[in-house]
Amino acid sequence: MSVNPSQNSSPAAVELKSGSITLPILKVYSADIADIDQQLQQKLGKAPEFFRNAPIIIDLGELTDDQKQSLDFDALLKTVQGLALAPAGMRGGTAEQQKLAQAEKIAVLADVRTESAADTATDKKPAPRRAIPPPRPITATTKVIDQPVRSGQRIYASGGDLIVLAQVSPGAEIMADGNIHVYGSLRGRALAGVQGNLEARIYCSDLQAQLIAIGGNYRTNEGEDDSLKGKLVQVYLQDDALVVESL
Amino acid sequence: MARIIVVTSGKGGVGKTTTSAAISMGLALRGHRTVVIDFDIGLRNLDLIMGCERRVVYDFVNVINNEASLNQALIKDKRCENLFILPASQTRDKDALSLEGVERILNELSENYDYIVCDSPAGIERGAHLAMYFADDAIVVTNPEVSSVRDSDRMLGLLASKSRRAEQNQEPIREYLLLTRYSPQRVKLGEMLSVDDVQEILSLHLLGVIPESKAVLSASNSGNPVVIDDKSDAGQAYQDVVSRYLGEEVPHRFVDEEKKGFLGRLFGGR
Repeated sequence: MSVNPSQNSSPAAVELKSGSITLPILKVYSADIADIDQQLQQKLGKAPEFFRNAPIIIDLGELTDDQKQSLDFDALLKTVQGLALAPAGMRGGTAEQQKLAQAEKIAVLADVRTESAADTATDKKPAPRRAIPPPRPITATTKVIDQPVRSGQRIYASGGDLIVLAQVSPGAEIMADGNIHVYGSLRGRALAGVQGNLEARIYCSDLQAQLIAIGGNYRTNEGEDDSLKGKLVQVYLQDDALVVESL
Repeated sequence: MARIIVVTSGKGGVGKTTTSAAISMGLALRGHRTVVIDFDIGLRNLDLIMGCERRVVYDFVNVINNEASLNQALIKDKRCENLFILPASQTRDKDALSLEGVERILNELSENYDYIVCDSPAGIERGAHLAMYFADDAIVVTNPEVSSVRDSDRMLGLLASKSRRAEQNQEPIREYLLLTRYSPQRVKLGEMLSVDDVQEILSLHLLGVIPESKAVLSASNSGNPVVIDDKSDAGQAYQDVVSRYLGEEVPHRFVDEEKKGFLGRLFGGR
């Protein structure tokens, strides 16, 4: 097997790497070219320099089947190009429109939500327009703790609520980006809305916390009265002050 | 397979070693082959409480370092043939223990014994961590005062997160509360937390209440586990604890102040 020395010694002229570039997507909701032209001009007028010669993806996936049939894709392309945009790709649309795009050297991208037109054309079964998304499990955003939270333990519910079905001991720390519910005695520290959500609240069945905080506004239990001990309460923020209210 | 019991507390001086000695002797006296291990490397005490300090030749660290076999290091109790003691090293520190070494010894002991009682050192550092890491059951020894209760709570948190059972998502360690040095008189005077106070803070299954008793100190000094002294209140309380641990229903005693008769009141003490 012969080895071409020049292939090995010369530095690589090209390299294929994967990368991701964010491009604006033009979502088309109407088949009326005049309408599209007018509204697009308005939108581009707000930042003309930003969009000058900007590459753009044309997305026909939002159109109904009838609208797709009646849409003059060639005219749409000319309109977009006339507004100094550079269509770099398209997705959705009918098989003819995708063929047209390819003829114009515009990439046809896979549509993540709807199957490509060519696929649906061969598929005899009428596919549902949009699959109903399965219900999200509550644990996706809510953290549920059913064991006592002991002194020295820290629990953080990132991006959602925290529900504790047992007690929270003194010296323990529970935190959530959202609300906090405690269905045992709360004797440790509870910090709701730690990423700055001032709407977050703390609900608990027995408030004896060492410290409560919402969105960084905190209060220790120094000098607190015991009148709410053992009662169902909520804590929320009003005018930068923590309000403890029995429910 | 042996059941591994850790006797732990976080705080020092609450009665871990006394409890380890009493429970291991109690289990052995009921016919269970039991070994008790002193994890307090550098502050060896269990041998004194068990009354075998003059018979220590090899220790736990020697076995970990393969300088002695387990059979060479294990000391057979003179009062009960089912009980063996693995003493700690007095000349080393806790860094002499390794996780792999402890695991190897526990696995080896598991084949021949019914119960392995691990006497944890105070604190939450290496020695205490290794003592509880492989445990199946934990007896958390607590005195009825706030700092001991808080330290026990901390230790319970570690049991639930830093043990082998927790890390491997197995069934969690069974945790029991043992309240020691309890004095109903002082509770009544408001000088001491009551059983209910401690239970409310720790919310744990109560294995027993050991009353403050002169018998504990004299038992320790004489090297006889207090459980043998069946005349004493503390000895009886530890007997109850062993029964409850083994699944028997035994009512709690020594929780309330005993009614003193006329003569008792006249002469005060016991």
